[in-house]
Amino acid sequence: MHYRSPLANVRGLGSAKTGTSHWWMQRVTAFVLIPLSFWLIIFLDLSLKAPIQEIVAWLAMPLNTIAIVAWVVAVFYHSALGLQVVIEDYVAAEGIKIIAVWTVNLVFIFLALAALIAVFRIISIG
Amino acid sequence: MAEFTLPKNSTLIKGNTYKASEAATNVRRFEVYRWDPETQENPRIDIYELDMDDCGPMVLDAILKIKNDIDTSLTFRRSCREGVCGSCAMNVNGKNTLVCTKAIDAYPDTIKIFPLPHMAVVKDLVPDMTHFYAQYASIKPWIETQTPAPSDTERLQSKEDREVLDGLYECVLCACCSTSCPSYWWNGERYLGPAVLLQAYRWLVDSRDENTGERLDELEDPFKLYRCHTIMNCTDTCPKGLNPAKAIAETKKLLVQRKLG
Repeated sequence: MHYRSPLANVRGLGSAKTGTSHWWMQRVTAFVLIPLSFWLIIFLDLSLKAPIQEIVAWLAMPLNTIAIVAWVVAVFYHSALGLQVVIEDYVAAEGIKIIAVWTVNLVFIFLALAALIAVFRIISIG
Repeated sequence: MAEFTLPKNSTLIKGNTYKASEAATNVRRFEVYRWDPETQENPRIDIYELDMDDCGPMVLDAILKIKNDIDTSLTFRRSCREGVCGSCAMNVNGKNTLVCTKAIDAYPDTIKIFPLPHMAVVKDLVPDMTHFYAQYASIKPWIETQTPAPSDTERLQSKEDREVLDGLYECVLCACCSTSCPSYWWNGERYLGPAVLLQAYRWLVDSRDENTGERLDELEDPFKLYRCHTIMNCTDTCPKGLNPAKAIAETKKLLVQRKLG
């Protein structure tokens, strides 16, 4: 039995004083991904048609290297931010929620690192 | 996890049917959610057939007719019968509305009347509003100032300052919007919901209030404010034609402005 007033329940632990950066960065990454995704279509199109040396040489051009790195960073950051919101929406149990959010975050950090290392290895062959 | 299915004791069962008299020629069918906390029974749907030639034009008129003439045990809230008290908010044919300002003719066929969705039910069409009102109290819906009040006048507001509150002050706190919001269904313990956030914004933009920063501090929270995912059910369902989704978006803009501006 707990005697807490309705207002005490609502006020709870108070405001976390965060959330704006999370919300804002999700929109910024979404905006950045619009042009980068068009660039990615060009890259994927080339990957399906051209021989490997030509693709590697193309990717090693500075602007294209910047584009793939930017796309990898933006897409994994955006995905992690988005999935965190989905988990917070639907997972009510506090413990499972924190574990799920941080599993997702760590998986995406790992995937982003793997993708970036792969990019640098590929362009260093060329 | 969020609960997507009804618990066993909430599953609806078939209830009683009250036929219209043989003489009635203009009959409409009303299906009404009934639940009595004093019995151990599941909630049921009672069916009432009403003679429209002997009934007022609004959905509330039909509910009053049932209460007065057919079944006095039907329990619901109502007061002003003109859309300013916010008591008679219910879910009619799947959409929340104030039944006093909603015409029966706005619906094509059978009219299904339920309490506001995803609220604890006190009895029949009466939801428990305790948590909703506590959330309203938590945003301090009153003027907060540092400057002492002028001794000889009220705190002045220009016509332009006052116009900013149009579309906000009309809210009657009926909770149609909050209880139509999936985010409020899943996280209503922490998410303030569209009605309370519209009221919070009403005080953020009041020219006489001097605690805007503290109010924003209180709102900046992943759950209190940022559970809004612009689903827009709130704006779609508001029986007063207000736009809580816009008020929430404007609040987010103020927070970004404070951070980046």
